[in-house]
Amino acid sequence: MNQKYLIPLITVFVLFLAAYVGVEGAKLEWFFGIVVPYVSLIAFLVFFVLKVLGWAKSAVPFKIPTTCGQQKSLPWIKQNKIDNPDTTGGVVIRMLLEIFLFRSLFRNTKAAFARNDKNRLSYSWEIFLWVGALAFHYAFLTVLLRHMRFFMTPVPSCIKWLEWADGIVQLGLPGLFLSGVVLLAAALFLLARRLFDQKVNYISLASDYFPLFLIIAIAGTGIAMRYFTKVDIVGIKSFTMGLITLHPVPPEGVGGLFYAHVFLVSVLFAYFPASKLMHMGGIFLSPTRNMANDTRAQRHINPWNYDVDTHTYEHYEDHFRDKMIEAGLPVDKKE
Amino acid sequence: MSKNMIISGLVIFVIAVLSPFWAQAVFGDKHVVPKPELVGKAATAKKCVLDKYDMRANHMSLLDEWRDSVVRDADRRYDAVNGHSFGMSLSTGEDSCLGCHEDKAKFCDSCHVYTSVNPYCWECHTNPKEIE
Repeated sequence: MNQKYLIPLITVFVLFLAAYVGVEGAKLEWFFGIVVPYVSLIAFLVFFVLKVLGWAKSAVPFKIPTTCGQQKSLPWIKQNKIDNPDTTGGVVIRMLLEIFLFRSLFRNTKAAFARNDKNRLSYSWEIFLWVGALAFHYAFLTVLLRHMRFFMTPVPSCIKWLEWADGIVQLGLPGLFLSGVVLLAAALFLLARRLFDQKVNYISLASDYFPLFLIIAIAGTGIAMRYFTKVDIVGIKSFTMGLITLHPVPPEGVGGLFYAHVFLVSVLFAYFPASKLMHMGGIFLSPTRNMANDTRAQRHINPWNYDVDTHTYEHYEDHFRDKMIEAGLPVDKKE
Repeated sequence: MSKNMIISGLVIFVIAVLSPFWAQAVFGDKHVVPKPELVGKAATAKKCVLDKYDMRANHMSLLDEWRDSVVRDADRRYDAVNGHSFGMSLSTGEDSCLGCHEDKAKFCDSCHVYTSVNPYCWECHTNPKEIE
């Protein structure tokens, strides 16, 4: 048993039960349905902005682009313009590929000893983290955008197109949304990786497991409501629209599972700025990715540089001219 | 990255996160919760296949079961918990869904449009009222 994953797991259970019991037992619909979502949204925005502004204040003493290709050099040597850009345009392309396709993760390698007599250490390409991460992030984005149907009247056609594409398999009634399945499967895969890969397990902390358990619980409660326990979604939309139009009214007869779902989402949002999930904002500020490799063409001034009192040779000679002439040393100016 | 770029990025982010709030205020219609209207026979019948809340949450699963029952077992009668018997059909017969709930737009569509649900029932079935 490992406290690094047991404590986050128990925390998520307790959070789930707090909302479920709070609504079903203590009738705190107004608290879990109205106070918590608003507070968590405000906390999310305020602390997110503060955190990024904090990063913006920190100095960048060096240009430290990591490069994965030929630098701009002599005209007959072909430059790799995306992996080693020297222009802003190249940097923009590199950043877009990083943000939308997780290119750094694509290059992930693993080190392992060969399982034979030679026991040789070798490095190999390991693509599954990239596949899992890409599936997870895009499924989560789709799920998030799909939820906009609860927050707009009339529902914009782009959201309807997304729902159409997501439900294209037309399995069952209500129709299966692929993104929900992919989200849960990918989150479980990322969790399994942390639990069963010994090297990843060793470096995993409670703050790695907690968001995973939280997202698995959110996906689980959402899927349960849509496909299994069923909820009155007209009631839910009237409630979410109330939140959006700032006239919130808790819905009747929607049940504890819905409030548990909303509460876990609120916890995720409120926890976001304090967590590793801030890589969402941080990826834009990765200095190794967002700087052009043009250090030989343009001087990068360290903002930490202060004015140094310099003692030039002219001053030095002025200072010691007599002694230098006396000792027979050459001087620039005789007088 | 320059400070100006970071701050403009943050402004865009905050506007995007708050988009449901301002988009609804600017582009949205006035928010009215639809109520499925019971017109014609349904208004006086006072009996349905399931009770009200169960019907709201589970009608799609029921229709799914009905489809399997009719297509695979040729069983077209549904004995409801309240003792009444109904025809397992969307639109055929007096005791089908639309046989009692006569106005599809008011009974089915009002809520489906509101919650952006596009049931593919109507890709095969037709609303008999539309044909006449």
